[in-house]
Amino acid sequence: MATRQTQGLARLMRAPAIILLFVWMIVPLCMTLYYSFLNYNLLNPGMTSWAGWFNYQYFYTDPAFFESIKNTLVLVLGVLFITVVGGTFIAMLIDKPIWGQGIVRILVISPFFVMPPVAALIWKNMIMHPSYGVLADVARFFGASPVDWFAQYPLTSIILIVAWQWLPFATLILLTSLQSLDTEQMEAAEMDGAPAVSRFLYLTLPHMARAITVVILIQTIFLLGIYAEILVTTNGGPGFASTNLTFLIYRAARLNFDIGGAAAGGIIAVVLANVIAIFLMRAVGRNLD
Amino acid sequence: MARAVTRNAKIGWTIAAWFVALLIFFPILYTIITSLKTEQEAIAGFDLLPSFTLESYQTVQSQNNYVRPFLNSVILSVGSTILALIVAIPAAWAMAFSPTKRTKDILMWMLSTKMMPAVAVLVPIYLIFLRTGLMDTRIGLTILLMLINLPIVVWMLYTYFREIPGEILEAARMDGASLRDEILYVLTPMAVPGIASTLLLNIILAWNEAFWTIQLTTTNAAPLSAFIASFSSPQGLFWAKLSAASTMAIAPILILGWFSQKQLVRGLTFGAVK
Repeated sequence: MATRQTQGLARLMRAPAIILLFVWMIVPLCMTLYYSFLNYNLLNPGMTSWAGWFNYQYFYTDPAFFESIKNTLVLVLGVLFITVVGGTFIAMLIDKPIWGQGIVRILVISPFFVMPPVAALIWKNMIMHPSYGVLADVARFFGASPVDWFAQYPLTSIILIVAWQWLPFATLILLTSLQSLDTEQMEAAEMDGAPAVSRFLYLTLPHMARAITVVILIQTIFLLGIYAEILVTTNGGPGFASTNLTFLIYRAARLNFDIGGAAAGGIIAVVLANVIAIFLMRAVGRNLD
Repeated sequence: MARAVTRNAKIGWTIAAWFVALLIFFPILYTIITSLKTEQEAIAGFDLLPSFTLESYQTVQSQNNYVRPFLNSVILSVGSTILALIVAIPAAWAMAFSPTKRTKDILMWMLSTKMMPAVAVLVPIYLIFLRTGLMDTRIGLTILLMLINLPIVVWMLYTYFREIPGEILEAARMDGASLRDEILYVLTPMAVPGIASTLLLNIILAWNEAFWTIQLTTTNAAPLSAFIASFSSPQGLFWAKLSAASTMAIAPILILGWFSQKQLVRGLTFGAVK
């Protein structure tokens, strides 16, 4: 259908976006790779020299590195568990015949639109604060002593905050999927006397499997990059107890001015993200045709 | 079709759903309530009834010059989205209406750029911004946010454009429409809703971006996300003030967000779930 003329025009129309993204992806990444092999500290820029694999070695032997990898995984998995399980149940609840469904939906998705620093500060000060927070008030009401969340359970606290931010996303996508479930099939199963648990396990869950996969993969990409929530609450501490890989690299670059080390960490983060990305591309790509 | 639902079951489900919804919304609600309290009331223990004072809002404005970060947020989010649309509309258009064998590969590659962790390019971007004087400027951050969201913009537009039926174009051509007429009178009106949704979602994403805005601004170009992050080390009594600043930072986007629920699913899943 397309003539040669329109093909040429199409190429011209595609070019700016492709070139911009190509430059944006390739140039900084090559620079990061280059810096990762340099001894380069911003406090001492005159002393820059070739470092070989030293930065990687240094990163790899640093105990904080393993702690940050562990924290990254705990953070991602913890949030995924809460949001997927919670999201499934909330989606099913909203999908029931209820009064005011529209408003319920709006209330449930709202946390997603709260910017990360605001979400974290609200939780830190209004909800989890050991003396003035709502949870402290609740604890006192029941005669228990309030918990100092960020000192005692720093990583758990951050998981709770991030889960609150992402629960709406999971709920909304799972709800969208749930609403395309064939109701006649469901009614048939109901009439044949299939109990609610079996209907959930053999009809609802397989139908939602794809949406659940998408939720897990997309959230993982964003969750690997959690930063602001940590910055405004625990600042990575106590020690490295709530430092994830993103935060560790930020610390190396911005607080220690260690350009080489931060770049090596950045390359490690790319490798980690790529492993996950491969799975996502497959899942999303299948749906393209 | 209609299933017989007993009234009692409906009441039960309604109560359960509202309970969960209010629980999830509570932190936001409580922030709004606290913003209407005085600082003394704010730390006086749990209370859902504020004295409805606007004192904190005035303090935030007079002490911190709230207008500046707010304007920066507007400029950065709207500016970067419009820039992205200017680049993305032709690209998505070409890919949707004259696809080639490689179109799918290009789209997947664009998606893959979104998966590069921001922190991986923190070092070079930071150094580039330092050396070129882009640090703490609106123009630098606008371009950066544009690049970050460009893949999502192209993808969203592509999924919308692809739904415009080709038969309509053929019909228009049969009726003697020129290419210009085709684009102006047939395609554009059908594309506008998709473009509007894309615009909306990307303003939201850019508004809430909090990694680069914190890394690359200090005061001049700092949008609300960076401004609020600076509240992390409190000086003196500040619960009500924090709440007021937070309420103002999230209110516009919360309202925009409520209108874009459906597009949210589509945009963030790259069309994988509709």
